[in-house]
Amino acid sequence: MSVSAPVYPTRWRRPARMLRDRRWRLLVQGAALAYLVLALGSFEVEWSRVVEGLSRAQRFAHGFLQPDFISRWSDIRQGLIESLTMTLTATVVGVAISVPIGIGGARNLVPASVYGLCRAIIAVSRSLQEVIIAIFLVAMFGFGPLAGFVTLSFASIGFIAKLLADDIEEIDPRQVEAIRATGAGWWQVLHYAIQPQVMPRLIGLSLYRLDINFRESAVIGIVGAGGIGATLNTAIDRYEYDSAGAILLIVIAIVMLAEYGSSYLRRFLQ
Amino acid sequence: MGTERCRTRRSLLTSGETDVLDLQQLTKTYATGDTALRDVSFVVPRGQVVGLIGPSGAGKSTLIRCINRLVDPSGGRILLGDIDLAQVGRAELRRQRRRIGMIFQEYALVERLTVMENVLSGRLGYVPFWRSFTRRFPGRDIENAYRLLDRVGLLEHADKRADALSGGQRQRVGIARALAQEPALLLVDEPTASLDPKTSRQIMRLIIEVCDERDLPAIVNIHDVPLAQQFMHRIVGLRAGEVVFDGAPTALDETVLGDIYGAEDWSAMRREHEADRDAEEDTSRRLAEVAR
Repeated sequence: MSVSAPVYPTRWRRPARMLRDRRWRLLVQGAALAYLVLALGSFEVEWSRVVEGLSRAQRFAHGFLQPDFISRWSDIRQGLIESLTMTLTATVVGVAISVPIGIGGARNLVPASVYGLCRAIIAVSRSLQEVIIAIFLVAMFGFGPLAGFVTLSFASIGFIAKLLADDIEEIDPRQVEAIRATGAGWWQVLHYAIQPQVMPRLIGLSLYRLDINFRESAVIGIVGAGGIGATLNTAIDRYEYDSAGAILLIVIAIVMLAEYGSSYLRRFLQ
Repeated sequence: MGTERCRTRRSLLTSGETDVLDLQQLTKTYATGDTALRDVSFVVPRGQVVGLIGPSGAGKSTLIRCINRLVDPSGGRILLGDIDLAQVGRAELRRQRRRIGMIFQEYALVERLTVMENVLSGRLGYVPFWRSFTRRFPGRDIENAYRLLDRVGLLEHADKRADALSGGQRQRVGIARALAQEPALLLVDEPTASLDPKTSRQIMRLIIEVCDERDLPAIVNIHDVPLAQQFMHRIVGLRAGEVVFDGAPTALDETVLGDIYGAEDWSAMRREHEADRDAEEDTSRRLAEVAR
C-alpha cells in the first residue's frame, strides 16, 4: 500500500478564546448592544439647556482666547506660590515616608506581618482619591494650603510606596544572595544589593510624582485646599473667564516645564 | 604542575587537623517534599579543590548553598573547623559567612556599583553599617582590594561600573570579592557556565591559582567534566542527591561517568564536548592561518 501525501486544510480561522459556541457569542453581543442603547436612552437631553450651554461655552472660549494675566495678577501670583510650595514640600515628605513603607511592602524583604501592614497603608492611601481626602482635611484644618500639603503627601505615599515595593519585588535576587553570602547584615544588604537596583526607578517616580502633585494642587484648590486651584475657582465664580484662561495657561506651561525637566533629568539615570 | 600533584596526593591522604570542612549526613528536603540531598558526607582538607559534578537537578547547587546557609539544611552537620554551621543562630551565621567566600554562576555582581564597591562588599561582614554606608572602609581593606584587583588583572578598571565589563572580567571581580573576605573556604557555583571555552579555562586556572597561593580549600560545582578533570584536585560525583563517586580525577572512567550521568546522557555529553573541541581547534587553526 502506498502512503499518500497528507492533505492540509487551506482555510484557518483564529479559534475563539471565550464562548466557543457561535450562538452564545451572538446572544452576548446582542445583549451588550441592547444595554448600551437603553442606557444611552436613559439620559434626558433637554435641547434648550444644551443650546444655552453652548452660548456659555462660547463665552468661555472667548475669555480663554483673550487671557487676562494683569488684573488679578497678585491673586494668581499668590496662588502659584502656594501651589508650588505645597507641591514641593508634599513630594519631599511623601517620598520620605514612602521609602520605608515601600521597603516594608516588598514581600522578598520582610516578614509577612510587616508586609501586610505596609500593603494595607498603601491600599488605604490609594483607594482615597485626592479630592475626597482634601474635603476631609479642609474640614479638619480649615481652608488653605496646609490641608493641600497634607493631602498631597498622603496621596504620594500610596503612589510611590506601591510602585517602589513592586520594583523591589522584581529585583535580581542573585545580587542579593551574593551580598548576603559575604556576611552582610540586613541594612547592608538593603544598601549594597537593593538600593543600587531600584534607585533610578525611585528618582524617576519622585520626579513624576512632582508633576502629578502640581496638577492635583490645581484640583484640590477647588475644594478649598489653597493654591492655584482656589484662585481658579474664585475666577470662575466671578465669571472672570479671561483670568481663568490665564490661570489654565500658566498651569499648562508649568506642567510642560516639569515634564521636559524631569525627562531631561531622567536621561542621567540608569 | 609537579607540586600541584604532590599537594593533591597529600590532601587526599591526610586528615585530622588540616580538615577545614566536614560534612556529615547532610540532608535537604524541600517543603514540596522533594529530597535534594540525602546523607551527603565528605571531608575537605586545607588547600584541596573539590569538583562537584553531576547532572542538573542532582543537588550540586543546593549542597553548596547549604554550607553557607543560603539554603537551610533539613538534617546533618556542617563542621567548619569545630563550628557546626547547621546549628548556629543568626548573628553567629553572619560571622561565619565572612569566612566563606562564594563565586557565582552569573557573577552576581551588583551591576550599578563600581568594581571597587563590588570588591569592598566582601568586607561588609567586618565593618559596621555606617562605615559601609559612607564608603569609609578601613585603609587596609582598600589597599587589599587594590592588591586583589591587580592580582586578577583589573587594576585599571576599579572605578568602572560592574555592568561595563565583559563576562570574563566580571567573574574576575567576583573572585576578587570572594577573596576580599579573607575566607577559610571558597564555594564556587558553576563559575564558567556563562563563559566561552577559552575564558572558562582562564577563569578556572585563576581560581586554582588563588586557592594554591592561599592554601585555600574550595568546592566547585561544575557541569563540564573535561574541565573538572583538567583542573580539580578531587572529584565528588552527585546523583539524585547522593554521593556516588569520590576520588581522584584520574579515577573517573566511562563506567563511573555513566553511573553519575546515566549511560545515554553521558555519551551525548561527550559527543557534544568533542564537537565543541573540534570547532574550537578549527577556529584556532583558521585564526593561525589568518595571522600568517
